[in-house]
Amino acid sequence: MTIKLGCGQGFYGDGLAPVADVLDAGVDYLVCEALAELTLAILQKDRQRDESLGFTRDLPLYLQRALPFVLEGRTRFITNAGGINPVAAGRAAFDAARAAGAGGTGLKIATVVGDDLRSKASGLELPGADQALFANAYLGARPIVEALAAGARIVITGRVADASLFTAPLVHEFGWRWDDWDRLAAGVAVGHLLECSGQVTGGNYSGRWWNNPDPTRIAFPIGEVEPDGTAVITKPKGTGGMVTFDTVREQLLYEVHDPARYLNPDVIADFTSLNLSDRGEDRVQLSGCRGMAAPQTYKGLVCTPAGWAGECRVTYTWPDAEAKARAALGYVKARTVADGVPVEEWWEEYFGVDGFGGPTVEIPDGWDPPEVTGRLAWRTTNQADAARPAREVGVLGLSGPPGISGLGRAGGGSRPTQLLAVDPFLIEREIVDSQVRVDIQEL
Amino acid sequence: MTRIRLVDLCGARCGDKGDISDISLFADDAPSYAAIKVAVTPEVVKTHFGSLVRGPVERYEAPNVLGLKFVLHEALGGGGPRSLRSDNLGKTHAAALLRLWVEVPDDVAVGAARRRRAPVERSRR
Repeated sequence: MTIKLGCGQGFYGDGLAPVADVLDAGVDYLVCEALAELTLAILQKDRQRDESLGFTRDLPLYLQRALPFVLEGRTRFITNAGGINPVAAGRAAFDAARAAGAGGTGLKIATVVGDDLRSKASGLELPGADQALFANAYLGARPIVEALAAGARIVITGRVADASLFTAPLVHEFGWRWDDWDRLAAGVAVGHLLECSGQVTGGNYSGRWWNNPDPTRIAFPIGEVEPDGTAVITKPKGTGGMVTFDTVREQLLYEVHDPARYLNPDVIADFTSLNLSDRGEDRVQLSGCRGMAAPQTYKGLVCTPAGWAGECRVTYTWPDAEAKARAALGYVKARTVADGVPVEEWWEEYFGVDGFGGPTVEIPDGWDPPEVTGRLAWRTTNQADAARPAREVGVLGLSGPPGISGLGRAGGGSRPTQLLAVDPFLIEREIVDSQVRVDIQEL
Repeated sequence: MTRIRLVDLCGARCGDKGDISDISLFADDAPSYAAIKVAVTPEVVKTHFGSLVRGPVERYEAPNVLGLKFVLHEALGGGGPRSLRSDNLGKTHAAALLRLWVEVPDDVAVGAARRRRAPVERSRR
């Protein structure tokens, strides 16, 4: 028995068109991975405005596409789109299903709750816990497996580890034991390769990316997994992008830190034990993955306020564009300081010179590019102060160095944004497990 | 030995976790892999990134995919939602590492497979 896992989403805001190709290819599960560390912070800002938000708001769009397949019994749908408010996401999923005509079909939608540790943050002595905006643990696959076993065809979670969204259906289908470390590790490898959508099918590929077939239609990936954990990473036929040894290995090591000990809530996976075999025609086989006993603790993230930021951008033309941009940003800083605005940190970048690369960039003698964009960002403790330096940008138009342009419709300055610190912590599994719950709604 | 830029020798991908930048290099064959293991030490990477990276640099090996992994601490100005940098997630750090000049055996430099650059299509001016 081969189980096909399709990736439907790799981040909040990902494409929708490739989802149809994955569904049409025939997958047993469509898995939408919606959360990154930064996403939780974005969702927190939503929830601060409106307590009924805090989940990724494109969830209904993905559901709309998946529901016909779910209602026909051809596929199940798993997502962590619940973000920091899975209960609200579960409600939105229920409403979307009813709107799609699922009322009275007996469709079961499960919501996994319990990753939220905000109420316990003070007791856990987390950094800045008394003002935590969110505090969540990364759950593993178990509650999803529980939901699938209870007959749920749609499973909505909060902060479940990305790869665990994919291991859960494999554990459910193949009956893998929770101490079968090699199988669980194989599942994590498959999940890790699928969870970033187009990043394994030619997206962000550092090789000859310009040779991607049909690059405007880069596909989302599919994993074909066997009961022993061997698997093939592939993509729907007739789509763009490519699956090769090279695209797969770039994703294999993505964000894993120590590849011999990739920590997941259910297992520690050794990705250095994995054999990758390119079978051609966009099929790469994985085998031999080894695993070790799961970590004693769960990882969590706690988010706390970290001040306010503003920024401005000014672009100057040749000649001496870099010198002009540097002088202009210097004026903005000097005038802000002269006005007594307390700025805690400044950050300068010069695009066209070394804006991203900083000290890694070699700048040739006499380098005089056609234009240089200077970007100045600053941090203050309060919102009003963060708005202040951008006002000086307009002054540069008539009273700065010659040849400023390209300020754009925003006039060169941005509205202040709140900065958030997101810090990792470890927590005893029992504390989290005791509050995890699977709620099932039936249509 | 020949001096060569990593961009001509390796593929690379980067990502982030908190204030950590996580960069992988990928060699195309065993001799290239051996060469970058010698040339691209954590110390070299730390020096290359200079003031962009305030913490230590760790290195890991994944020989099954000819991969060399670098974990750069305190590398993103405080982490994605806290950083003042336009590249708050370090999405350009793989390219920044590929700028590095290294000394490799002559045959490795001659066999380097990544010298081709993307074609640029400009409309007539």
